[in-house]
Amino acid sequence: MTEPTNHEREPSAHRDNAREDAMNAAQGTAKKDAVVPALGLKGMLRWAWTQLTSMRTALMLLLLLAVAAVPGSIFPQRVQDAFAVETWIENNPTLGPILDALQMFEVYSSAWFSAIYLLLFISLIGCIIPRARKHIQQMRSAPPRTPRRLQRMPEYGAVELDEGGPAPQQTLDDAAKILKKRGYRVERRETSVGAEKGYLKEVGNILFHVSLVGVLIFVALGSMFSYRGQKIIVEDEGFVNALVAYDNFYPGTWFSEDQLEPFSVQLNDFHRSFDREMVDGEPGPNWGSPLGFTADVTVQEGTGGEPRDTTLEVNHPLSMGGANVYLVGNGYAPVITVRDGEGEVAYSGPVVTRPDDGVYTSMTVVKAPDASPEQLGFVGLFLPTAVDSGGGLGVSADPELGNPELHLNSYAGDLGLDDGQPQNVYVLDTDELEVLNSREVEAGGIVLAPGETQQLPDGLGEIEFEEVQNYIAVDITYNPGETWVLIFALTATAGLVSSLFLRRRRAWVTAETTEAGRTLVRYGLLSRGEDFSLRDENVALRAQFETTWPVRAPEENT
Amino acid sequence: MSISVLTAALPSINVQLAEYAELFTLIAALIYTLAFILFTVDAVRSSATIRRVEQELAAESGAQPTRVPADVAAGSGRGGHGGAGPTSGDSDAELVDEDMGYVGTRRPFANVAVALTIVAVAAHAFAVVARGLAASRWPLGNMYEFLVGASLVVAVVYLISLIRRDLRFLGIFVLGLVVVMMVAATIGFPTPVGHVQPALQSPWLAIHVSLASLAIGLFVLTFAMNLLQLVQSRREKALAHGPSGRFERTVAGWQFMRLVPKAFSLESWAYRLNAVAFVFWTVGPVITGAIWAQQSWGRYWGWDPKEVWTFVIWVVYAGYLHARATRGWTGNRAAWLSIMGFVCIIINYGVVNVYFPGLHSYAGLPE
Repeated sequence: MTEPTNHEREPSAHRDNAREDAMNAAQGTAKKDAVVPALGLKGMLRWAWTQLTSMRTALMLLLLLAVAAVPGSIFPQRVQDAFAVETWIENNPTLGPILDALQMFEVYSSAWFSAIYLLLFISLIGCIIPRARKHIQQMRSAPPRTPRRLQRMPEYGAVELDEGGPAPQQTLDDAAKILKKRGYRVERRETSVGAEKGYLKEVGNILFHVSLVGVLIFVALGSMFSYRGQKIIVEDEGFVNALVAYDNFYPGTWFSEDQLEPFSVQLNDFHRSFDREMVDGEPGPNWGSPLGFTADVTVQEGTGGEPRDTTLEVNHPLSMGGANVYLVGNGYAPVITVRDGEGEVAYSGPVVTRPDDGVYTSMTVVKAPDASPEQLGFVGLFLPTAVDSGGGLGVSADPELGNPELHLNSYAGDLGLDDGQPQNVYVLDTDELEVLNSREVEAGGIVLAPGETQQLPDGLGEIEFEEVQNYIAVDITYNPGETWVLIFALTATAGLVSSLFLRRRRAWVTAETTEAGRTLVRYGLLSRGEDFSLRDENVALRAQFETTWPVRAPEENT
Repeated sequence: MSISVLTAALPSINVQLAEYAELFTLIAALIYTLAFILFTVDAVRSSATIRRVEQELAAESGAQPTRVPADVAAGSGRGGHGGAGPTSGDSDAELVDEDMGYVGTRRPFANVAVALTIVAVAAHAFAVVARGLAASRWPLGNMYEFLVGASLVVAVVYLISLIRRDLRFLGIFVLGLVVVMMVAATIGFPTPVGHVQPALQSPWLAIHVSLASLAIGLFVLTFAMNLLQLVQSRREKALAHGPSGRFERTVAGWQFMRLVPKAFSLESWAYRLNAVAFVFWTVGPVITGAIWAQQSWGRYWGWDPKEVWTFVIWVVYAGYLHARATRGWTGNRAAWLSIMGFVCIIINYGVVNVYFPGLHSYAGLPE
């Protein structure tokens, strides 16, 4: 036993592990430098692999990943808001296309970001596999050989027993029992005891890294099989989960249409509540802030399922057929009927308006391309609680329906819908149209309360504001990877905790008879990795020895 | 049609209690400021403190003016720690313990400052609890409340650490930051007590934001320790081998640094706290954030600016933990990573919250 303990072969990965250095230094073994590879393809590949799986490379990739993630918070991202990206590029005609070519608007799916994290994960796997193999081997084999000089261990102690105390072999049996009780795996040897505990620390470390691989795999798989769609549902209307029913639909790469589980949602009623807190008889500082949105819906799962009534709220999605339905927006849909110059109904139904502020000042666009002799268009605002801000200009004073009014301009001409170009429903390009009603022309603007009708000039038709309905905007998402991502995130945390806070310790005990004929028990402790309480372990071990055996006053114990 | 006075299911605001909350926030801030001033006085007078101790000793032993009695110098004298910090070959008296235990150096100003901090924390805690009760919800619903609440956590974490370890040398830094956070809350983001919008009405608010605050409370301490570690290691080098360059000449003369533990012990305690904080950051902002995002926004991770920076912070601290086990990256280089991590936290809360539009832009921000 001339060699100190733990001289097993190092794993191929993480050759530059500083802790191994420190441990080897503590045991008096010098670390051999990595051998310079022989030339040739095989050697080069081997060298590259060693470099990639080295701790230093992993660290560099990790820091690079942090830096690479930052641009995604500075520039708008297509995954979040494709419209914002287009606007940004339009506003920055020189820089925009360059950044676009560099994939700065889709950072997290860009070639360079992917390259960094894929290399990082390859490095990680290349590091974990040999470490796991080595650890399994260590867990199966006996605790390391007893070093010849325990005095050189970071923590060392010796107790000398009184005359008539137990003999060395007996003390070793006792020590083995004590160490076993303290959770060590113990091997009783001829003249010593070897023990080790805290194997779960490395298990945790491996579990953490394997779990990260699991997270990555299921994030990727999940997004490939996922879909996300948006739909606006007006009161008394329904939505059936089929491709044609969506307003917007974003499938994953491997999505297929038969993944859409059949279900339907019908909006029966919608409730908003707002802050009405009074302070000293006056509206309080948060007057009118939203407090709750509740949609009463009837849902039906499967093709022949029983319809049931339930509510859909923010933070409380409905789960149906593996998909989740989220309440993400709401607004008012004034029911409008437009009759053309020939008295025919050119448009009739709820118009979805877009609230642009906290008091639901809502952008309203009505297009009646079927009107004749001329197509008709209306652009303006829906105001839930209209008040006169002076000069006849209406503004909304409250988000609830206190005094609902439509304030519209009307236009006649080609609305541009016939050439098949997709159009934003909230936008009507009025440049080429003839103004019929507006505050700037003689006829004035259209101001309507529910139940009122206004004639358009030149006998081109009329518009009627019947009533106000509510609508909700829902997101429907399906991601089969979610559960697994969560499970792996939790196992990663468990692994992280045990790898950070468990202590891997080795202990050895030897016993001999001194010249004076007393028994001298020596013990040494060594920890692998961070251990700030090895001294406490020493103290606790000594205390247990002292209660087990008749220990002499500690004059000789250093 | 008339506006229905909807009270929803939410209880009404207790205005009286809310006013008390604001009053006690101000009182707490004032006491913190006093404590901060006293900690500063303690630092300024540190050379006088040290001189006094040394003169007393010189008078007693006659010969060695730079030694201190054994009961002060003993410490734990641990044997291990291969490659520990420079063994003191300098003329430094051991005024502090290697393991940051209390060694009995008299620092009356610092002690009064700690006592004041305790009083301030009591007032501060009352203010936060009162605000929560006034609105019948967890009081971390907007930027004002986050700053006030997080600064309470920072102060409490500091006080708890003080029970076991002599961290009085961090007083100036910790209290300075607490005062800055409270001033920023009051001046930058004043928000009257109120209910929160539907998206925030979730039990995850309490878990997610509280865990983030806890992590930040710990990261504050490690940030200060790692900064001091960099200074202290330069000073130790200067004292051991003679100062090279102006910076080392300057720090070699800083008497205050003699009341700060050695670089090695700063580094190992920073690591121990960083490890705990990293777990909090993993569970809090990252995992519970993802769970809540899945419930509220329909996806667990969407690279919202705040999510990006939460990720960046996680990766930087993960880098720090790895660096400590990588040859050539231990010690001061790892400390730089920890400092970088905290700078990212400051960016996350000071810049991203305020200037980057995203899903985390909640009430209380000036429009």
